[in-house]
Amino acid sequence: MTTKRQLLKLSLGLVAAASGATVGAADTGPIKIGLILPMTGQQASTGRQIDAAVKLWVAQNGDKVAGRKVEIILKDDGAVPDATKRIAQELIVNDKVSVIAGFGITPTALATAPLATQSKTPLVVMAAATSSITEASPYIVRTSFTLPQVTTPMADWAIKNNIKKAVTLVADYGPGFDAEKYFDSQFRLNGGQVLDKLRTPLRAPDFAPVLQKVLDAKPDALFVFLPSGQGATFMKQFAERGLDKSGIRLIATGDVTDDDQLNDMGDVALGVVNSHHYSAAHPSPTNKKFVDAFQAANKGMRPNFMAVGGYDGMRVIYKALEASKGAGGDALLAAMKGQIFESPRGPVLIDAQTRDIVQDVFIRKVQRVPAMGNGLYNVEFDVIKAVKDPGKTK
Amino acid sequence: MSAAAGLKWAARWRWWEGALLLALLASWLLLPSHALLLNEIAILALFALSLDLILGYAGIVSLGHAAFFGFGAYAAALVAKLVMPDPWVGMLVAITLAAVLGAVCSLLILRGSDLTRLMVTLGVALILYELANKLDWLTGGADGLQGVVMGPLLTPLGAFDFDLAGRTAYAYTLVVLVLCLYVARRLVHSPFGYSLQALRDNRLRAASIGLSVNARLIAVYTIAAAIAGAAGALQAQTSGFASLDVFDFHRSAGVMLVLVIGGTGYLYGGIFGAIVFTLLKEAVSAWTPQYWNFWLGLFLVVLVLVGRERLIRPWAWFKP
Amino acid sequence: MLTLLFDGIAYGMLLFVLAVGLAVTLGLMNFINLAHGAFAMAGGYITVLLMNRLGVPFLVCLPLAFLGAALIGAVLEPLLYRRMYARPHLDQVLFSIGLVFMAVTAVDYFVGGTPQNVQLPAWLRGRFDIDWVGIGKYRLFIIVVCGALTLALQAVLTHTRFGAQLRASVDDPRVAGGLGLNVNRIFLLTFAVGSGLAGLGGALGADVLGLDPTFPLKFMIYFLIVCAVGGTTTITGPLLAALLLGIADVAGKYYVPKLGAFIVYALMLVILMVRPQGLFARAGGGK
Repeated sequence: MTTKRQLLKLSLGLVAAASGATVGAADTGPIKIGLILPMTGQQASTGRQIDAAVKLWVAQNGDKVAGRKVEIILKDDGAVPDATKRIAQELIVNDKVSVIAGFGITPTALATAPLATQSKTPLVVMAAATSSITEASPYIVRTSFTLPQVTTPMADWAIKNNIKKAVTLVADYGPGFDAEKYFDSQFRLNGGQVLDKLRTPLRAPDFAPVLQKVLDAKPDALFVFLPSGQGATFMKQFAERGLDKSGIRLIATGDVTDDDQLNDMGDVALGVVNSHHYSAAHPSPTNKKFVDAFQAANKGMRPNFMAVGGYDGMRVIYKALEASKGAGGDALLAAMKGQIFESPRGPVLIDAQTRDIVQDVFIRKVQRVPAMGNGLYNVEFDVIKAVKDPGKTK
Repeated sequence: MSAAAGLKWAARWRWWEGALLLALLASWLLLPSHALLLNEIAILALFALSLDLILGYAGIVSLGHAAFFGFGAYAAALVAKLVMPDPWVGMLVAITLAAVLGAVCSLLILRGSDLTRLMVTLGVALILYELANKLDWLTGGADGLQGVVMGPLLTPLGAFDFDLAGRTAYAYTLVVLVLCLYVARRLVHSPFGYSLQALRDNRLRAASIGLSVNARLIAVYTIAAAIAGAAGALQAQTSGFASLDVFDFHRSAGVMLVLVIGGTGYLYGGIFGAIVFTLLKEAVSAWTPQYWNFWLGLFLVVLVLVGRERLIRPWAWFKP
Repeated sequence: MLTLLFDGIAYGMLLFVLAVGLAVTLGLMNFINLAHGAFAMAGGYITVLLMNRLGVPFLVCLPLAFLGAALIGAVLEPLLYRRMYARPHLDQVLFSIGLVFMAVTAVDYFVGGTPQNVQLPAWLRGRFDIDWVGIGKYRLFIIVVCGALTLALQAVLTHTRFGAQLRASVDDPRVAGGLGLNVNRIFLLTFAVGSGLAGLGGALGADVLGLDPTFPLKFMIYFLIVCAVGGTTTITGPLLAALLLGIADVAGKYYVPKLGAFIVYALMLVILMVRPQGLFARAGGGK
């Protein structure tokens, strides 16, 4: 239809003009980075950690890149996808940001993906953890992690350590399903048996009935994934119902022993074996510097895996801006792909093909560390190097 | 003047209504860079308008009006994704389905006290939220429904694609808003509308003069649900996305806030309230991204304590 | 499963203590106080802060939580709430929502948003395993405390003069006032006690339900369900409703986990449709 073709040409022209305008404006003015985080609502702790990490990066590395000033525009989306999309759209169209970053939960990233594609703006995911996100747009780069990435090593470790029968317990939402699926398939692949797959509601969960079911099933181990925030309550009830004494081992992903709350959980958390990509107790000089600086700037608040996702996201953005000499769009995206560097969590690679993060996954155990104020930490005792996200569809 | 003439006079178009419509049109022409924000305000205004019909005109306090908003949103999104991407078709389907849901739910709110109705409406919204979460093969669950690509908007002036700056979206929303406003206006200034107000003021007396209370409640609830569904459809279509959040409690609570800020019972409260609420929220949230809720709460408390009439007439504060 | 029944009863009793203040406020002052959860949160935070920062023992914290929340209630009632009694329900709803937002954000600002942990004293941890029933010590403690409170409340209502005055004011404030009862004082005391009970409930529940600034928003729905289903004219109504809710929730999640959260909401809808005035409301009494 002629009208359609005319409209298509018109919209293409508009987009070209818009991106042309972006490039034009990018030559001398400040480089703007849109940072969309959940600063209020259930996910507020994620927003806080990432915000603190971003500020730390800028404090340590200055606010000038490629000879131009960097301006970070922080907006709260309350983890509401509609708000995220509108804010992102405004940032792209009105503020002419070169890159949008943040994204506390999966739906917010998925909602914004078409915008990134349409406007050719790189999108850096610093927190969300579902595999399919990087496939939603060719402009998405992730510096956080994916649930399958940290779950499969846990299943492997379980098999190697005499755990033949397991029960999985996950929260009833996207990442929970991911964790359940990948643990289940990896565990069974290696000869294990998953006796039951349990789910708890995302809000106001009561673990009593599910823990009863676990007791009834009598597995060797219970694999748990819960969003950070529910870990403490869960572990207390785990101990209260005597499961810790019943011979059922507790294995989990590191979200349950989130550094942000681990120290406050008390002794119930001791001994929990979990797998994740970042521990505040990671014994590298880069991490020690990071943790010390973070705590100094934030009244002793411990950085967690969300913070490190934000910190590394800024690193990726800054280095890419240097390489693209301040340009945005495709040049910036190309400069993000393939970056390989030492993060506080360990060595990290942004895969050029999938644009997702490839990192080491550690098996840790919660212990008291006398050298670090006798606080509770996830102490790493095993590592699986350079884990690619197994969740990518081939 | 006689009662009939009095009612007719009340139903005449006021000058400020015309001015408001002109202002809406002007906003589309003169503020193209703010089209996205204006679009959000307009959708919220439409949603509040639908609530005004049941709250302001029929006296039903509902804490779960988002049920219809969300239902319309998912309906429109699913139509666009699975059937055809034409926005008007999606809108019609959403309105119809939301109306059906409204008719069914209206049976629940007929009896009981204010608290009962509050709980029932809240319960329906919560159940729909959980349903949407469970049926993730259809709704995308907590990740939301993606892949909703809207086709061009067919109008007598030509076909317009939904652009990045949101101008088409805003125009579309404005058209729907004005249409619904007109319909609501006609409804309210009709015998049906007057009987609703009688119902609101004193249900017992209204029933005693022979008004069929239940039939009217069902009718107005259904219409309000349909309009709320239209607002939800607009949300889904202009953002190309639908997630569980459309059923969330904060949406139901938010729209009530908006309506009370603007004032119930005169149909335009939704529009004014939406403008004030959104702009206030944007301003405060830019200033304090983490704690703006506090100021919103404070504003509410003060508003209710002082009373909206006195608040917007500062000179009245110093009357002896 | 008897253990499940036990858990459900504990959960229900806790909900009752949390919600009874709301039920009484609703029945007495006809005021829909959606900020009730904030008083519970206050009690919870008082306990946690006293225990974690000042090392006050848990048992001492409980009455302090009660008193603290009651004090806040006693201050706010004449200051703010009293002006709202005559207002329409919509205004009350919005007013209390505004208060909740303020309370939630204020707590977030001063204490931070991380969930707070209560370190229970050693004698309250663990469980007794008696044959086929596992009895958690802490849950038993909750049941005992809440049970005692219920009995005390019922006793006050039926055997004391204050109770008689309260019941009179609930039935008809105007006539009660006309008979010389100081209705304002009764309202104040009742509101304070109701808020205090919520605070106590929050302190008791911090371990089981979790405590963070969004507590009032998360659990308000349950309190409202208890009041709506139980009716607001008696004490036993909300008690039975809370027990029913607790058991149904726990049993539902065990036997039909796919339906999990639905059970409670659906149950409430069904009950309200059949008996809109609540399951246990006195016929002809209350509003």
